[in-house]
Amino acid sequence: MSSAHDSAHHDSSHHHTSHSDSSHHHQSFWSKYVFSTDHKIIGIQYLFMSLFFLFFGFCLMLLMRWQIAYPGHPLPIIGKMFGANSMPGGVMLPEFYNQLGAMHGTIMVFLGVVPLGFAVFGNYLIPLQIGAKDMAFPRLNMFSYWSFLVGGLLMLSSFFLPGGPASNGWTSYSPLSDISHDGQTIWLFSMAIIIISSLLSSLNFITTIFNLRAPGMTFERLPFFIWAQLITAFLLLLAFPPLEGAAFLQLCDRLLGTSFFLPSGLFVNGHLYNVSGGGNALLWQHLFWFLGHPEVYVIILPALGIVTEIIACNTRKNISGFSMMRWSIIFLGFLSFVVWSHHTYLTGMGTNITAFFQTTTMIISIPSVIIISALFITLWGGSIRFNVPMLFALAFLPMFGFGGLTGLPLGLAATDIPLHDTYYVIGHFHYVVAPGVVLGLFAGIYYWFPKATGRKMNEVLGHLHFWPTLITMNLVFFPMLIQGLMGLNRRMYDGGATYTFAHDILYWNVVISWAAWFMAAAQLFFIFNFFYSMFNGEKVHSDNPWHSATLEWATPTPPPHGNFAKPITVYREPYSYSLEGAPKDYSPQDQKEI
Amino acid sequence: MHETEEFIPYIVNPREDTGLYNAKFGIWLFLASEVMLFGSLFSAYILLRVGSFTWPVQSELQDIRIGALNSVILLTSSIFFIRAWVALKADDIAKYKKFMYLVILCAFSFLFFKGVEYHNHFSHGEFPKTSVYLGLYFLMTGLHALHIIGGILVNIYYAGPGMYLRAQNKQWFINRVEVAGLYWHFVDLVWIFLFSTLYLL
Repeated sequence: MSSAHDSAHHDSSHHHTSHSDSSHHHQSFWSKYVFSTDHKIIGIQYLFMSLFFLFFGFCLMLLMRWQIAYPGHPLPIIGKMFGANSMPGGVMLPEFYNQLGAMHGTIMVFLGVVPLGFAVFGNYLIPLQIGAKDMAFPRLNMFSYWSFLVGGLLMLSSFFLPGGPASNGWTSYSPLSDISHDGQTIWLFSMAIIIISSLLSSLNFITTIFNLRAPGMTFERLPFFIWAQLITAFLLLLAFPPLEGAAFLQLCDRLLGTSFFLPSGLFVNGHLYNVSGGGNALLWQHLFWFLGHPEVYVIILPALGIVTEIIACNTRKNISGFSMMRWSIIFLGFLSFVVWSHHTYLTGMGTNITAFFQTTTMIISIPSVIIISALFITLWGGSIRFNVPMLFALAFLPMFGFGGLTGLPLGLAATDIPLHDTYYVIGHFHYVVAPGVVLGLFAGIYYWFPKATGRKMNEVLGHLHFWPTLITMNLVFFPMLIQGLMGLNRRMYDGGATYTFAHDILYWNVVISWAAWFMAAAQLFFIFNFFYSMFNGEKVHSDNPWHSATLEWATPTPPPHGNFAKPITVYREPYSYSLEGAPKDYSPQDQKEI
Repeated sequence: MHETEEFIPYIVNPREDTGLYNAKFGIWLFLASEVMLFGSLFSAYILLRVGSFTWPVQSELQDIRIGALNSVILLTSSIFFIRAWVALKADDIAKYKKFMYLVILCAFSFLFFKGVEYHNHFSHGEFPKTSVYLGLYFLMTGLHALHIIGGILVNIYYAGPGMYLRAQNKQWFINRVEVAGLYWHFVDLVWIFLFSTLYLL
């Protein structure tokens, strides 16, 4: 790997920056901003769409929280806006509740968080941080974005079907999904399109990272964010196709009458279901979770990468144990392919298989703990700047750590079986994704906003966004752990009101719902700040306002088509802060003398 | 417009430390994902077959002679593809085109015989919904046939209308054909596994 340094040198003679400067002048609005092949524009297109999907998916949950807190009560004002198929008289129908639940999970995971972490930040930053002018396959990149958009809109369009969208949970377990209404067919088609989109993105990212590194950018000098994106891309590349295969199988079951997931002698509504039978419902669970568990790391790793960049820059220190973090993330990537069956302990796999998956699940917590510990230790002795991106990054560490710790009981079969399908599971994985990953992604938006727009986001509004979000997130998800330990099932339409054993903990439902609505209100500060600062924010007077050492800040602001004003050569490690004998407390990677 | 060697390096020449030009790197990654896609279906096949009470004798449902003939056709087409690529590297365009046409001819005859098989199945009342085995057979060979059709489109493009790309950059065009060839060999290889699993086992 280290030979990249020497070999890539002689190629730098090929670079002609004048070409890139002249080529973007005579582009029409459509080819520059809409059908663009520029990785930065594509990243920003992904940003707008994934933030929209994130907000939309969040709103679905806000509706559900009314039904959970006040089951059977008509929802004032907003409830009137829905039709008789979903909320007659403002009271939510059970079918509609199920649809909202399924679409909340699907949209948040596949259209919100994953595109935001992987496609937005990956597209915008990978070429900038490795010193490349664009992705290896720019037209393929555009195709990825447009197929993502088509898949996403197709998913949304299923809300207008007579029977409504898919309603079988984001996991779409068979045989229920095989026999449910048409929304599930749209779900499968749209997932197939989204999978193709992320598949093409991931092979594009990997090729770019391997082949387009600037001269001197060895693998040891890649920022941790690039490592995180690289491992994420491999996970998407290899774990998503099995779900595509599973989607084809389920489509055949639904459209051609096959019975891959339908066992013999299946009764539906009291009648023997008329198929040949002989299938296996558990096959779906295994194919789904073979994607599903690497998917967890697809969600987490980009946020870890973002947080690492922000912590290194804002502590003015090298990351402690940086090489150990690299090896940890590689190990974590490999191991994430052999832990999936800890999602299916309840299916009675047999003790040997359970023992295997328990062991791998316990082992995979080690690299995650190494990474989080390295980031904590980095704080020690740093001169920390508490700006808004840093606040989000700092909050990410304990929140994500807490999410990971609450997962340990779920990794062991003995404790997982009573906790399976309770609110404890919801509390656990939302701690990982919402107070964990989403805070990390917000940190990234605040941090790189000045590079993309030339203006900073407002600090006061940032604080008004951060503190309420942090507090309400904990008010939402911590009580869920308590409810789950008390045995409250996660999919109850009435929030557990009809179950006597749950009565002692039902008051938490009201607390959680109000906290969720306040959390939504806090997001308005972000939305306003985002659009306000784009046009009226404080201008940055330097291309490198945070005094960072990595390459993306060596570009003009905002970076033009072709990114760099001059050919880039890399001379040092990514986190070269406070080097001894250096005139400044940061030494950019592309600067020869420290 | 900006897909040129100055803007994006290693389109034409391989990078020294990775040993690959971009498209070759990309196609290997794509094939890796295809392995996982077909791998998931082969895993489904194993799990369903192992877990079922009855499984038809596959060779009784299939005409092994047609399957074997199709295997030979695809393997021959792979050899033709290599000869086409070698001819292209040697600047022998007439020979390149001749072998590309042979590849395309092989591909179409594969689809023809596949169609004959499907027709025979349907006329015997054998449909995807008849049994899990037939479902898997139609899904896996159907998905493979879609890959063949995709390959035919690419090969026709490079044998005919796409030839203008060669005038712009000869080596780049050779790379494109090589990448198309890698995909084509992969599709052949999948068929060998499909034939062994769905006909012979």
